[in-house]
Amino acid sequence: MRGDQANRLNNGGLIDRSAALNFRFDGKTFSGFKGDTLASALVANGVKLVGRSFKYHRPRGILTAGSEEPNALVELRSGARREPNTKATTAELYDGLEAASQNRWPSLNFDVMSINQLFAPIFVAGFYYKTFMWPAKFWEAIYEPAIRRAAGLGRAAGVSDPDHYDKAWAHCDVLIAGSGPAGLAAALAAGRSGARVVLCEEDFVLGGRLLADGGTIDGLPASEWIARTLAELSAMPDVRIMTRTTLFGVYDGGTYGAIERVNDHLPVPPEHQVRQRLWRIVAKRCVAAAGAIERPIVFAGNDTPGVMMASAMRSYINRYAATPATRIALFTNNEDGWRTAETAIASGLQVAAVIDARPDVSPAHRALASKSGFPVLHGAVASVDGGKGGARKISVSLTGGARAEVEADGLAVSGGWNPAVGLTSYHRGRPKWRDDIAAFVPDGAPPGMVAAGAANGAFGLGACLREGFEAGAAAARDAGCSGNVGSVPVADDEAFSLTPLWHVPGKGKAFVDQQHDVTASDVELAQREGFESVEHLKRYTTLGMATDQGKTSNVAGLAIMAAVSGKSVPETGTTIYRPPYVPVAIGAFAGHHRDENFHATRLTPSHHWAAEQGAIFVDTGLWKRAQWYPRAGEKDWLESVTREVKAVRSGVGFCDVSTLGKIDVHGPDAGAFLDRVYINAFSSLAVGKARYGLMLREDGIVYDDGTTSRLAEDHYFLTTTTAKAGLVMQHLEFCRQVLFPELDVQLTSVSDQWAQFSIAGPNTRDLLKEIVDPAEDLSNEGFPFMGAREVRLRGGLKARLFRISFSGEMAFEISVPARYGEAMARNLMVAGKPFGVTPYGTEALGVMRIEKGHVAGPELNGTTTAGDLGLGKMMSTKKDFIGRVMAGREALTAPNRQVVVGIKPTDKAHRLRSGAHIIPKGETPGPGNDQGYVTSVCFSPVLDQWIGLGLVERGRERIGEIVRAHDPLRGEDYDVELCNSVFYDPDGGRQRG
Amino acid sequence: MRIVCPFCGERELGEFTYLGDAKPQRPAADAGEDAVYDYVYLRDNVAGPMSEHWYHGGGCRAWLKVTRNTLTHEISAVEPAAGAGAAKVGA
Repeated sequence: MRGDQANRLNNGGLIDRSAALNFRFDGKTFSGFKGDTLASALVANGVKLVGRSFKYHRPRGILTAGSEEPNALVELRSGARREPNTKATTAELYDGLEAASQNRWPSLNFDVMSINQLFAPIFVAGFYYKTFMWPAKFWEAIYEPAIRRAAGLGRAAGVSDPDHYDKAWAHCDVLIAGSGPAGLAAALAAGRSGARVVLCEEDFVLGGRLLADGGTIDGLPASEWIARTLAELSAMPDVRIMTRTTLFGVYDGGTYGAIERVNDHLPVPPEHQVRQRLWRIVAKRCVAAAGAIERPIVFAGNDTPGVMMASAMRSYINRYAATPATRIALFTNNEDGWRTAETAIASGLQVAAVIDARPDVSPAHRALASKSGFPVLHGAVASVDGGKGGARKISVSLTGGARAEVEADGLAVSGGWNPAVGLTSYHRGRPKWRDDIAAFVPDGAPPGMVAAGAANGAFGLGACLREGFEAGAAAARDAGCSGNVGSVPVADDEAFSLTPLWHVPGKGKAFVDQQHDVTASDVELAQREGFESVEHLKRYTTLGMATDQGKTSNVAGLAIMAAVSGKSVPETGTTIYRPPYVPVAIGAFAGHHRDENFHATRLTPSHHWAAEQGAIFVDTGLWKRAQWYPRAGEKDWLESVTREVKAVRSGVGFCDVSTLGKIDVHGPDAGAFLDRVYINAFSSLAVGKARYGLMLREDGIVYDDGTTSRLAEDHYFLTTTTAKAGLVMQHLEFCRQVLFPELDVQLTSVSDQWAQFSIAGPNTRDLLKEIVDPAEDLSNEGFPFMGAREVRLRGGLKARLFRISFSGEMAFEISVPARYGEAMARNLMVAGKPFGVTPYGTEALGVMRIEKGHVAGPELNGTTTAGDLGLGKMMSTKKDFIGRVMAGREALTAPNRQVVVGIKPTDKAHRLRSGAHIIPKGETPGPGNDQGYVTSVCFSPVLDQWIGLGLVERGRERIGEIVRAHDPLRGEDYDVELCNSVFYDPDGGRQRG
Repeated sequence: MRIVCPFCGERELGEFTYLGDAKPQRPAADAGEDAVYDYVYLRDNVAGPMSEHWYHGGGCRAWLKVTRNTLTHEISAVEPAAGAGAAKVGA
């Protein structure tokens, strides 16, 4: 290795020599220039060995200059920002960049695991399946951990990503993927016609292959034509050019996915800026001008550092002014590859030889060879010697059988070009084969998309410009834009004569998929073992399944398969193409939806007050609800909850129940509507009264419950459970709009409009008198149990008051507009002070509902019928309602169904646990004897023991029976008594008093 | 995928909730158990254009009848449910 940027040319290239950037690779400091990628800076510094391969730990260098790179993968950055498997060929250089090679230990130069190469015979295709099958238990304990240590890629950071990611939408008439000659020409035509254009380019500079290969367009050097084109496009107000942005997927209805690497080119994103942004772009038309990828030829030692794609070599020399080698050999089967020889000579490098697999070489190239003094060898490269120090000697099989040797430290390879058919094939499109270029080209595309230029198999510069321009103009026209598109940019069309060559037989490992270490012999083995279909080939050998998705290997792999199975390449076919085109970080898909922003958080109206009180909150769906309010000196939650329950049962307490779903039902047919959605009648409910209602699904299973009040002849106020609030609204809208459109009724969700508090306990009326206007009659006669009406509060605020009880105590629920919710909580505390008012949370609420035998979520579990819940008598026989017919099915009315029953341990000191299974006494626990399970439990302060509800076979007929609560999960088995599910005040005198 | 809501215009998929086949009609109250069984459980497995119920919960809360090709996701028609939309003034 030579010194500082020793392989940098003095002139040329798209680098800024006045802006030197220092970076570290494997701990060693180097310098590069602004405009470099990490790969080009490494090339400029003479670094050839950049990584170890996946399976065999073979030394690897840089193969390409783009996002198709299989070898030069590094861990970029350090600490929490460490990003494994980053392609050095696309990583933009910045000052202070840190990168480390991967999959080597202890160092890149001396890698212990390269001993894997000696065991190569066992690492053949399918080796996981063949070698590590027996004994089965060894897989998890021994084989897998060992294999994962030995074979692998980079290490994840292992800590939370400190950066932000964003998601955004964009809409346009014409979306263009790629900014090579076809993409720029498409943008020109579409922009001139007045279309809204978005052009995505994954590189940080526009121009595509023009940046490396130049050319003359409209009589101008390519660089000047690009500048002129950009100036014209920039002046158009509706053309948006997005660099560092890869279009990675095509979705339904003209929606495209793109990833913008907003700040990956900086060490740390600037404050308040995101690292990456995920775009969803909706486009009327799309021009896929994503170019083509040069493909390797498979021969022994083709993975030796120093072997590079011919086009990549031109990129490094022309675009980055960095020379990958001093004495270059070229191995090509087509005319285009010769450009690398021309470039090398123009840059003052030696050309050792050109090995051309075609029978004929053009006179111009023959003249170049004789003028520059290098031999043209007809034949193919048989092997490359070199190892980790890089290529040294190239062995050539000459046409006719003789052999030759070429000394060179770099070998450029061109096996032709594969159009990037990913975008056009993502809707299960299958590309078609074109013999003249021996490549797959798009055969149609998703609706609204068309391929142009090299992505469509047009490799000449003039053809790229014409196709791109025509595609851009047509796309704009289809999108309804008819401005004058002007004239098409003109350039010559270079010759591209190719003789297909995929694989040169020979001794030594010849790699098809360099990232997954799949060799030509692996492909041949797969064929011999019957894995001949391309989809089997892919999975058996893992060909094309690495992070590069086989961009440089898939076509070669299936061409070799075609050869050994005696078929043509098109007969062999391609695997299915699926997005994403490049790896996209999960963080970008998540965007800001992570940590506390993973979903929305809903706060009850009294939340801030409750937080002041030191409430412990519990997540209930999106809601944060006060679970209990601990007081100083209380040793655990149970002590707090027990105190809250006792305070309510002996005095008065209140609880924010605003999370219940609330729906206003208006209209002359409101009663008739509710009759159809609930099992019980509501049209008969008197104005000023509330009633508990149960609704079924159409299949007869209980859907939801809650109280509904009739506030006026044509106005009901309906409540739902917290969990089902949104779903019940959706269900009722379905009933109203689809099932019963003839009913004159309207629904309004008012869940967020009302703050609602349950006030419960014998002193409730005393407390309410302090809140409610003295003119309101709250006596048992004036406001009886299940009464509901609007009342005026002291100070004039109107509220709704409902005399309903979940706790079993004398209780009211009071509703005020949500903005008064917090004030109401504070007022209840002040007004209730003389009565010892106690705020209580969802735990105490749950204890009191279990003591009272009310069913809730654990019992309304999507399998229970009204009868199971003990509510079968509510089912009206005088009307039709949702679920009526199916609820009458034999299995849903069977006498041996599991029904709600009370459960308490016979040993009063024993704790009852939900989930315990009910087994008859004397029977062996098992599926045959399982008679149900405990659904809800609590410690009952009233009974001074643990109690619960359960779903037990024929439970109501078995009151008093002792059964076993079998709890294998917790290793418990104890006796319990089946009892009435209403443990507290069974005749309901307290709530009516 | 986007759906053109007759009330709100073209909106993104995330605003909608899918229910399923819009073809089955809820039987009359006296239709009997077999008819209701068919209505609740029996569905065609359509490959091609299918009439489906979608709910615009992230918008106007209208139930829509959407004709979608299950093979291509192409939407050829969107119409509101019979009872969707404004109140039936004077109906």
